[in-house]
Amino acid sequence: MGNAQPAGQPAQKSGKMSFQDMILTLHNYWSDHGCLILQSYDMEMGAGTFHTATTLRALGPEPWNAAFVQPCRRPTDGRYGDNPMRLQHYYQYQVILKPSPANLQQLYLGSLDAIGIDPLLHDIRFVEDDWESPTLGAWGLGWEVWCDGMEVTQFTYFQQMGGYDCKPVAGELTYGLERLAMYIQGVDSVYDLDFNGKGVTYGDVFHENEVQQSTWNFEVANTETLFDLFKKATAECENCLEHKLPLPAYEQAVKASHIFNLLQARGVISVAERQAYMGRVRDLAKGSCEAWIDKNKERWAAEYEGWSV
Amino acid sequence: MTDFLLEILSEEIPARMQAKARTDLEKLFAAQLGDAGLKSEDITVYSTPRRLALIAKGLPVETEAVSEEAKGPPEGAPDQAVDGFCRKNGVTRDQLEVRHVKGRPTYFAVVDTPGRATRDVLAEAIPAIIKAFPWPKSQRWGDASATTESLRWVRPLQGIVAIFGDDLVECEIGDVASCYDTVGHRFHHDGAITIGGVDDYVEKLRACHVIVDHAEREAIIREGAVKAAADAGLALIEDEGLVIENAGLTEWPVPLLGRFDEAFLDVPEEVIQLTTRINQKYFVVRDDAGKLTNAFVCTANIAAHDGGKAIVAGNEKVLAARLADAKFFWELDQKTMLEQHAEKLKDIVFHEKLGTVADKVERVAKLARWLCEEGIVKGDADMAEQAACLCKADLVTEMVGEFPELQGLMGGYYAEKEGLPTEVSDAIRDHYKPVGQGDNVPSAPVTVAVSLADKLDTLVGFFQIDEKPTGSKDPFALRRAAIGILSLILNNDIRVSIRDLITAAAHEGGLDAGRDIATFFIDRLKVQQKDAGIKHDMIDAVVVVETDGDNVRMVNRVKALQSFVETEDGTNLLAGYKRASNILKKEAPEDVVADADAQKALSYTPEKAEAGLIAALDSAEPKAAAAITAEDFEGAMAALASLRGPIDSFFEDVTVNDADPVKREARLGLLMRVRNAVHTVADFSKIEG
Repeated sequence: MGNAQPAGQPAQKSGKMSFQDMILTLHNYWSDHGCLILQSYDMEMGAGTFHTATTLRALGPEPWNAAFVQPCRRPTDGRYGDNPMRLQHYYQYQVILKPSPANLQQLYLGSLDAIGIDPLLHDIRFVEDDWESPTLGAWGLGWEVWCDGMEVTQFTYFQQMGGYDCKPVAGELTYGLERLAMYIQGVDSVYDLDFNGKGVTYGDVFHENEVQQSTWNFEVANTETLFDLFKKATAECENCLEHKLPLPAYEQAVKASHIFNLLQARGVISVAERQAYMGRVRDLAKGSCEAWIDKNKERWAAEYEGWSV
Repeated sequence: MTDFLLEILSEEIPARMQAKARTDLEKLFAAQLGDAGLKSEDITVYSTPRRLALIAKGLPVETEAVSEEAKGPPEGAPDQAVDGFCRKNGVTRDQLEVRHVKGRPTYFAVVDTPGRATRDVLAEAIPAIIKAFPWPKSQRWGDASATTESLRWVRPLQGIVAIFGDDLVECEIGDVASCYDTVGHRFHHDGAITIGGVDDYVEKLRACHVIVDHAEREAIIREGAVKAAADAGLALIEDEGLVIENAGLTEWPVPLLGRFDEAFLDVPEEVIQLTTRINQKYFVVRDDAGKLTNAFVCTANIAAHDGGKAIVAGNEKVLAARLADAKFFWELDQKTMLEQHAEKLKDIVFHEKLGTVADKVERVAKLARWLCEEGIVKGDADMAEQAACLCKADLVTEMVGEFPELQGLMGGYYAEKEGLPTEVSDAIRDHYKPVGQGDNVPSAPVTVAVSLADKLDTLVGFFQIDEKPTGSKDPFALRRAAIGILSLILNNDIRVSIRDLITAAAHEGGLDAGRDIATFFIDRLKVQQKDAGIKHDMIDAVVVVETDGDNVRMVNRVKALQSFVETEDGTNLLAGYKRASNILKKEAPEDVVADADAQKALSYTPEKAEAGLIAALDSAEPKAAAAITAEDFEGAMAALASLRGPIDSFFEDVTVNDADPVKREARLGLLMRVRNAVHTVADFSKIEG
């Protein structure tokens, strides 16, 4: 393959890499390939793409290479810890490279090699899957990457974000960490994953969390409070936008988006209302992107000859 | 003559776009060459997930030299005219030649275009083709994408091989320059492969685990999948769509057989097929009894070290997880009765002006019951109402949420599991049918009632809120609904006036759209009957006389009419009718009456042919009328056919425009009678030709 080995621990070819070793290996690998290793965003969000290191940094001409783990919350996917694959809280490994390097596919395959996937033993495929996030006013072209028929990564070339053309285009990789680990370790339930290689399982760490959070998401969460929080987050977002503060505004949009997801899980938003709520969140997110562009565009145009919005 | 090879290498091209890309490549290439006056003896195009390739055989090494001459103004013409002529032809004045035309010295511009090296033509053609390529969706990438003007391709472009004979065709597009090098299989081969030209391209790639010819890969998959199943004593369910899709996903296809837990076979076959086919792109397999069995065939893109064991194990696990989800949905959905599921339809908006799906269901149930109670459909009214009440309930089940294409089908299964009567579960399952022309048309009465009611409610409702199809836009598929309604009526011989159906389906408070809908049905009938070989003008001729909207009778009459018009009698009668009509149009005053009694009491002795026509009409009129009443349209046509001879003789022997106004008026009255007699059967004036 000719792929570079990470400088950290050598890849464990035994196929039994622990969950945390897999993360550390990916960190090492992408650090060696010039990425900033960031930490997770400290807010509840539905996908790693919501991290400002992805959405906002995808805008504008400045080069940006970063990798990080982002916990994702999808309240409606909760199964009280009963389903071997579905979780309301799980991890994505995100890599964003702007502009997208010419050898992005090779780099990605190198990362699979690093975590111990042999492409002459396992069938790796790039299957068309265009990505679109109406909430973020974003779309891109790319693939879902299959490993023996299982989707392990979303691979996207961002074309637009917040309704703006990406100039230049960023490449985004989103690895489903639990799936990938289950695959590498050969386990059938996420809760059986070897977390640290020293006897702690994923279930030890997260099972109780799934049970309690599912109960809260589906049964307990006070919907009046949630509706109120949604209103307050949207109002605060607008307040921030009035004061030309795109970063805090964007956070409020992310907050509103998560509260909306909780309301969905409580089943109190009718199909008819759903569109209206989603439209509301979209307007806030797009407004924040617009404010971010407004804040930076003069500097960007000055520093990058020929660049314009 | 020299051969040319072009390979455009890129990141993975979506499988579904490859066939059209091949056609587009060939077309664009031929067009570019054509512009330069070149033509290849033979063009072959190939595609793999990563490359589009074109081989053009037998190209000349250069284009032909062309000499064109243009005749200009005569010698001595004003400078302005001569200069203009020079400019137009791109020559200077001293290059002009003087020749004598009819003895007059005249300027000629002779422009010699020398032949161009084909390699140069190709070097220009390649970037032009890439820029013009009509991908359904394309993207920007990399450093160049700092501007939106940068090159677009379906996925990032990686390389261009362009070799004419042995020579490189040098060209550059974006940041890619043409070269002799390409790459082999993504995992089976490292580094560059240097291509010599057309002769070694396919085989060099094959040696590096790439089968360039998509047709060859398709054959490997087609035959390999059948064999993989047969080796396990099973029979593959062949699926050409999957063959093509898998060939578009692989450069080195290897079909492999896997298994899944038999317990999943409890889930309906359609669900298993969908999961395996759509989500995983696997073939499904039957046992020798023809039943779906717990095996599948996947297509790998590598010849694995271990013969594919790990790949099969991985795919088995993925499919098991998907089937486990399906089984979970299947069992979960059954814990709730359809009636309870249907409660949730109150939360689903059907259309903002037409209420919720629950509202729609209520209307459909009422209409289905009415159809049975009125005897329009010979089904049990209670069953029809029950089926209609439950027919949309599966929309809120988990399974249909996951696989929307299973709507109806799942409802049918769940109804069966609840022990509802077969008539009811069948109606729930099939009430969406027919979906478009060519689909099976239900014939079970309860199903017919629900299907008809559902479609009528949709069609009438949308017309009443002025959401009619326009041009190519038909967002609510109303054309399909109308064709469905007509098919149900005609196939099941349902005798009803379409107007009564429209009235019964009318929504309270909606616009008065009855006339529009009726016209819409006639247009749809023309479209629908076109496939049966019925001409639209035949329908126009009958619609005028079939005024009560009974489509079954209308179509029978139309068919009889068309057969008749195609006979010799019919053609001649039509000619006679048109002649009579034309005379009447020109000559007849308003007060001419077609009075049979008046003709009996003629004040003069009619000529022989005139008397013959009167007698023929006296006999044909009641026959035609009686036949129409009895819906014996062939009989009615036969009665008309008996007029053909007398009409011909009449026109031959009798002068209509007689000097005697009494005779003239009587004869015009006779022609009027002919026209009216014909009109009892159909308005022949609408028939073309």
